Amino acid sequence: MTQKYLIPLTAVFLLFLVAYAGAGAGLGWFFGIVFPYLAVIAFLVGFVIKVMGWARSAVPFRIPTTCGQQKSLPWIKQNRIDNPDTASGVFIRMLLEIFLFRSLFRNTKAAFNRNASNRITYSWEIFLWVAALAFHYAFLVVLLRHFRFFTSPVPSCVQFLEALDGIVQLGLPGLFLSGVVLPAAVLFLLARRLFDQKVRYISQGSDYFPLFLILGIAVTGIFMRYFTKVDIVAIKEMTMGLVTLSPTIPDGVASLFYGHLFLVSILFAYFPASKLMHLGGVFLSPTRNMANNTRAKRHVNPWNYDVPIHTYEQYEDHFRDKMIEAGLPVEKKE
Amino acid sequence: MADELTPDELLDKIDYATDSGNWLDTTKSVQIRPGMYCYAAKPESVETLGLPNARSWNPTEEDWKLPDNWQQIIHDGIKERLEKFRTFKIFMDVCVRCGACADKCHFFLGTGDPKNMPVLRAELLRSIYRNDFTTAGKILQKIPGGQRLGGNRPLTLDVLKEMWYYFFQCTECRRCSVFCPYGIDTAEITIMARELFNLLGLNIDWIATPVSNCYTTGNHLGIQPHAFKDMLDFFVEDIEDITGVDCTPNYQKKGADILFVTPSGDVFADPGTYTCQGYLILFKYLKEKYGLDVTWSTYASEGGNFGFFTSHETMKRLNAKMYYEAKRLGVKWILGGECGHMWRVIHQYMDTMNGPADFLEVPVNPITGTKFHNSASTKMVHITEFTADLIKHGKLELDKGRNANRIMTFHDSCNPARGMGLLDEPRYVINNVCDNFYEMPPNTIRENTFCCGSGAGLNAGENMELRMAGALPRATALKHVHEKYGVNTLGTICAIDRAALSTLCEYWVPEVEVAGIHELVGNALILPGEKERTEDLRMEPLPGCEEEE
Amino acid sequence: MTKNMIMGGLAVFVLAVLSPFWFNMVTTTQAAPEPELLGPAKQAKKCVLDTYDMRTSHMSLLDEWRDAVVRDADRIYVAANGHAFNMSLSTGENSCLGCHEDKAKFCDACHTYTSVDPYCWDCHTNPKEIE
Repeated sequence: MTQKYLIPLTAVFLLFLVAYAGAGAGLGWFFGIVFPYLAVIAFLVGFVIKVMGWARSAVPFRIPTTCGQQKSLPWIKQNRIDNPDTASGVFIRMLLEIFLFRSLFRNTKAAFNRNASNRITYSWEIFLWVAALAFHYAFLVVLLRHFRFFTSPVPSCVQFLEALDGIVQLGLPGLFLSGVVLPAAVLFLLARRLFDQKVRYISQGSDYFPLFLILGIAVTGIFMRYFTKVDIVAIKEMTMGLVTLSPTIPDGVASLFYGHLFLVSILFAYFPASKLMHLGGVFLSPTRNMANNTRAKRHVNPWNYDVPIHTYEQYEDHFRDKMIEAGLPVEKKE
Repeated sequence: MADELTPDELLDKIDYATDSGNWLDTTKSVQIRPGMYCYAAKPESVETLGLPNARSWNPTEEDWKLPDNWQQIIHDGIKERLEKFRTFKIFMDVCVRCGACADKCHFFLGTGDPKNMPVLRAELLRSIYRNDFTTAGKILQKIPGGQRLGGNRPLTLDVLKEMWYYFFQCTECRRCSVFCPYGIDTAEITIMARELFNLLGLNIDWIATPVSNCYTTGNHLGIQPHAFKDMLDFFVEDIEDITGVDCTPNYQKKGADILFVTPSGDVFADPGTYTCQGYLILFKYLKEKYGLDVTWSTYASEGGNFGFFTSHETMKRLNAKMYYEAKRLGVKWILGGECGHMWRVIHQYMDTMNGPADFLEVPVNPITGTKFHNSASTKMVHITEFTADLIKHGKLELDKGRNANRIMTFHDSCNPARGMGLLDEPRYVINNVCDNFYEMPPNTIRENTFCCGSGAGLNAGENMELRMAGALPRATALKHVHEKYGVNTLGTICAIDRAALSTLCEYWVPEVEVAGIHELVGNALILPGEKERTEDLRMEPLPGCEEEE
Repeated sequence: MTKNMIMGGLAVFVLAVLSPFWFNMVTTTQAAPEPELLGPAKQAKKCVLDTYDMRTSHMSLLDEWRDAVVRDADRIYVAANGHAFNMSLSTGENSCLGCHEDKAKFCDACHTYTSVDPYCWDCHTNPKEIE
């Protein structure tokens, strides 16, 4: 059981050490240039293949999960968002689902109280939603902030985001809120997996690995910014070299950075082959992205085929005498 | 069996604290236990529709008499379904195992068995998918211990048996899907799994035999045409005793306005029979008052569709009768009775499978002039939509007092709630035929409703422990309103509910009765020319007519 | 969702992922600033930190200086190389900017390049601007 998380944890450590030591041993070109390029290619190709694979599969039936009153009689109030019958309703439902994790917001926690009340009780359970939202938005902010390493001059929108993220103006270099929220949320999600018995039971190595990987990325990043310090001009020369397709390895790039970059590259390469593909899947789930209007508008199944059925004529042939005797109408009298 | 297990003993077994250890290791220790599984399909029932591998077999025996190449059949079956259903492919790929669904399943809440957590039920199949169909799975196979790390495993006989056991412990109620951030619908996964089992002839008899009956005799219970008429005649006599009015219905009447289809359970067993009498009374009323001509059919005499619990193809084969018969009779549109999964099939599948129904008209209620735009294509209207419309327009003369002894609550059936969104129509009807209505707690109604524990073909007798465990969340909520408001009647719009909830009440909340909504309508509706009623449809004294002791 | 919508969405996603690459193709990219010692700094041959530490950690040093000067009135900093310096960013010849006269080159070039916006200049003034 413990190996489910010890192996991923060890793997992330080893990956970091490989790059850290490798860069020190003169393999900077591999960890700084070759592998990042390979990772981006693997990410894009893998992602596209996966989504195209989903797109290739048919959607034979319109089967949204309805979470509110349907559109029916004009005087009955429809829930247009949770049970949309129009494209605009679906659009809003999807926006809320993708950007605010609406379904997760509904989460409850059940408890059974044997002996006292013998009742199952439900309480609103908001923490998973909070942590999930915090994690994803902090990650997004961190990702977007990194555009300062890929653009020169840095666009004002990125600078604005940095200013917003650093609004507390604490310490020097100034503290980024995302740098606190991201690891905190990851640690919460990790703690859930480790200490909530149900979640612990369903968790696989492949659930712990991305958490540790992202934690590793965050920790190395935080160390570079706040603690061990690195020469970011040199690092930006390197990252700019990557994105302008004229890669260089400037002097003075810290090994810690190679470790950070390698973990990021691993995350990219690993992404399409993993559960992280929920990034694409959340857009495509047929129980959410379809309108509940199947009775009003016919949905066409591309592979609908004819099936043998038991016709009325066969039925009447079988039961004709009994039907006549019972006075039921028949097509043929004998 | 729950016959042997008292409610207290059942409650003692519940423990949400799952054992430690890796669930991949516990496959072998899974025992197909009496009380929790349904008997195997009889070969003759499988043969009726020409489905594969008809033979007699027993789930508790070692040898399931599978074809030699069963692994290949399942493998090819998964592959085919991944192409045919985007749902299946995405649901196999995107689960992050966040655990939001874990305690949403009534079977998990009632049994505490961790493999009844929806996520883990799906993982049983996903572990095979990951191993055999993904790049990561193929790489991990080559690394020692890699399979376990990814939660992957090869399809062995033990795994197959485990899947069979747990996918017949899912009622396809979709409650987990409401809470899933990606909308992963375990019902859909269970549907796929059961399709795969049927490729090997691994259906349960409680599904296979109704399917076979429905195919040839027109309804699940195998009621032959003359018997069907006899049974309705019997209700007609009862109604005449109670009201003094003859409510004889039409059968297969060509040129009628509306074809009425309802689950055969309502013709067969209490308390559904009272609901059925309610329909007869309503149709008589509409005929007398407004000249509306409704016909029944002994051929299309089944609203429900156990084919839905077998495979998409079987569902289509059984469902075809409705349009076939509507076309033959030349009716304008179809009216559907109170049933749960029937309405999932009609609402989300029928038109796609067996349409377009261009031989029918867009449903219009000729009495009120209401056009049912929401069923413009499928041309089939739910009876509570129909009745609610009539009541709203003041077309029904109702005496609520006749239901004054009923203190009601309403159980939303899974399928109309989460596969359709029919929530307020039945409530509107209830509130117009009855004065006392109390909702169960919000976490247990509407889209959050709990299954009766017996849906999707699991309402057999031999799996009673499973059913009563799955019924616990609903029972708890019901007990709450029973104690708080004195609720004595549980209203529902599902034939399986009427049977299953009655058993549930008997076991968990014996003071509560189950009633269909149109039973209450039948009681309240004042038929033209009726005598003064002293009894309700159950032939029990109406409020105020109780005999003095 | 139709195939076309999915392909459209996928195209947008791929473009977004590749944005660092094409963004630099469609805009003029400024090269990294070349550090250059000018004026007094060129002659000085000594500094508060060695080159690499200067590049990575000058902000921490300035932060320490500020505390030392403001809280403890301690104005002398003895560097690792044994030389003593006046702890001052911008006042007098014996300050950072007294030696490195060109703020634009000494401070701003790299700060701008890496999108760093220090608040030094909320209080301090570039001596060149006073004149």
